[in-house]
Amino acid sequence: MNPDFKHTPAIDQVGIEERVARFNTRSLKKETKLSGLLLALNMIDLTTLEGKDTEGKVKQMCNKAMHVADDIPGLPTVAAVCVYPNHVKTAKQVLKNSQVKIASVATAFPSGNSTLQIKLDDTKLAVDSGADEVDMVISRGEFLTGNYNFVFDEIAAIKNACGKARLKVILETGELSTLDNVRKASEIAIYAGADFIKTSTGKIQPAATMPVTLVMLEAIKDYHLKTNIMIGMKPAGGISTAKNALQYLVMVYETLGPKWMTNEWFRFGASSLANDIVLQLGKEQKGVYYSKDYISID
Amino acid sequence: MESNFNWDYAPAPEAKDHIKLKSQYDLFINGKFVKPNSKKYFETHNPSTEEKLAEVAQANAKDVDLAVSAAKNAYDKTWKKMPAKERAKYIFRIARVMQERARELAVIETMDGGKPIRESRDFDVPTAANHFFYYAGWADKLDYAFPNRNPQSLGVAAQIIPWNFPLLMAAWKIAPALATGNTVVLKPAESTPLTALKLAEIIQECDLPPGVVNIITGFGDTGAAMVNHPNVSKVAFTGSTDVGKIIQKAIAGTNKKATLELGGKAANIVFDDAPINQAVEGIVNGIFFNQGHVCCAGSRLFVQENVADEVIQKLKARMQTLIVGDPLDKNTDIGAINSKEQLDKITKYLEIGAKEGLELFQTSNAIPKKGFFCKPTLFIGAAQSNRVVQEEIFGPVLTIQTFRTIEEVIEKANNIPYGLSAGVWTDKGSKIFNLTTKLRAGVIWANTYNKFDPTSPFGGYKESGFGREGGLHGLMPYLKF
Repeated sequence: MNPDFKHTPAIDQVGIEERVARFNTRSLKKETKLSGLLLALNMIDLTTLEGKDTEGKVKQMCNKAMHVADDIPGLPTVAAVCVYPNHVKTAKQVLKNSQVKIASVATAFPSGNSTLQIKLDDTKLAVDSGADEVDMVISRGEFLTGNYNFVFDEIAAIKNACGKARLKVILETGELSTLDNVRKASEIAIYAGADFIKTSTGKIQPAATMPVTLVMLEAIKDYHLKTNIMIGMKPAGGISTAKNALQYLVMVYETLGPKWMTNEWFRFGASSLANDIVLQLGKEQKGVYYSKDYISID
Repeated sequence: MESNFNWDYAPAPEAKDHIKLKSQYDLFINGKFVKPNSKKYFETHNPSTEEKLAEVAQANAKDVDLAVSAAKNAYDKTWKKMPAKERAKYIFRIARVMQERARELAVIETMDGGKPIRESRDFDVPTAANHFFYYAGWADKLDYAFPNRNPQSLGVAAQIIPWNFPLLMAAWKIAPALATGNTVVLKPAESTPLTALKLAEIIQECDLPPGVVNIITGFGDTGAAMVNHPNVSKVAFTGSTDVGKIIQKAIAGTNKKATLELGGKAANIVFDDAPINQAVEGIVNGIFFNQGHVCCAGSRLFVQENVADEVIQKLKARMQTLIVGDPLDKNTDIGAINSKEQLDKITKYLEIGAKEGLELFQTSNAIPKKGFFCKPTLFIGAAQSNRVVQEEIFGPVLTIQTFRTIEEVIEKANNIPYGLSAGVWTDKGSKIFNLTTKLRAGVIWANTYNKFDPTSPFGGYKESGFGREGGLHGLMPYLKF
């Protein structure tokens, strides 16, 4: 049974921020750091979502997704690439024989201001073109009006249109204003059928932050306690350093536990993070930092 | 696909090779380290390894007399006459040198007391320095703090501090005493004397006039000699209620002023409308901070019955992620119990609770074989009539009681001989104010726990003592009007 979304659990912002500060004092050394960096790389959704995206840009990024840094042996690929629906076919061509999944934004991304029919068509285009995952946006306007049923029904309808593709629901937390709202939106998305909940489009500031992500992780944890069903989490936008990625992993590990420490259940939506991880991994291997000229920038 | 990603954090020990400890420490009297008249020394140990760290002088009555006389002399000849703004400069200087030597102080605090480096580094040492900064600012403004009341210093303050926050308690005591123009004889606890002796070195380095601060080490008899010395005008004690009562008797009929900060058994109250996940975090901070060696620890948890199952389930899961181990490791959440004696006391209470038929929960993670360690522990299904609920355990042991109504929980929270602190967890502001007016405790935290600031007064009701430390209130016990 769905809860009453008007009364979702209270969030104490000060407490959340203190908990985050605590995660950030964890000191990761040696093999812990190394395994964390490799895992973080494997959790990245390499993303390009720009008006100026072209076939060429998408192809080059897909190549990077498979060959992050071939000079360092034993590197995993990233988890997925994330593109607009009209570029899914191009990505599919390049990635067809790889493990890299294709995620597509849909539903009038990034504002979500359109009719349900257009959003369904958008989703269908992505899925029919071969997307493994759909990243939808919720209708923030309706949410802030208190029209929770509208938001719920829309997510449920998109989920239905996804078929086998996994659905990530973007809350766009930068527009939700309070952590209480983040919790509420998380619950609506989870109960409406989200496979993943995701912080941001990357088009609004602030994008992903650790406090917001912690609130969402707690919603996932509480849902798991009640139902034993796992939901994935994807912070997106603003995570660009390996150090910050490790802090997120500490937070996931200590909040949800080892079961979530795989790209099946946790993703980073990021574009420049991969190269910083490569830089750090290179340093772990060679003992010194090397010039960024040695790292490809697709 | 599910992962079994094992991420036990690799050891991340704080370096201790930069720490210079002498093999033997003397008494700091009249600006110099001097040999004790007793000719006796006792050992101080690292409770996480049981290794000896240093030998420390044992002051006898004659040493106490020397220290008090030095303090009296410095008071009469120097400190009392010095312009307040000059006094302030010395106190500021102590604060700054403490900050400069923060890392060294933190590592020694952790080695001598067993508390995790995360706490000594992020809490004890910075807060101690902040107390000196804060009270330095008051030194030349006493007339504004107490307008038209002509505040005057008292003389020599005998200060006796406990082993749970050795450096911080020294700062709590020394800073307001100096700011108000008094001189000091301070005795740290026998199990944790090293940071106070490092503070003596800092005071020497800061060129304080000799005798203004004297730091002497020893056991209970040393403390008794300090309290009973006729030239002492003020006694400030933090420690057990039993000793507090002895002090109170000893100074009866004298002119000595006293501040006693004693035991506690705080109620931490969680209502059903609380932010539960943050409340769980607050419960953990409330009782497991500093291994529960905190007089204001939230050791009695009251949970509203309709959320009790959820809170207990989440609390158990959260406790499982606490890392118990080497206090010098930066990832350690819970360090070593301060001494063998204290571990025995906690173990005794664990047996009492089990005998009383309470459900016991301890985390399944292993604890180090060597050193004094105790697993974080819950006693579930406790009642007011249980001894583990009534008596202060001073360890990582939490009792859990449930309640139905707000009247019931207020009554139970107050039904205890102590009254130092309390915590309230609810999303409703009106409920917080209702409780803060009815709970008989000196400090009440709402939706947080164990928060300290130099500007905020701290102290208790009933058997938790009297007098306030910190803030404007913390000046008053060191002044006459």
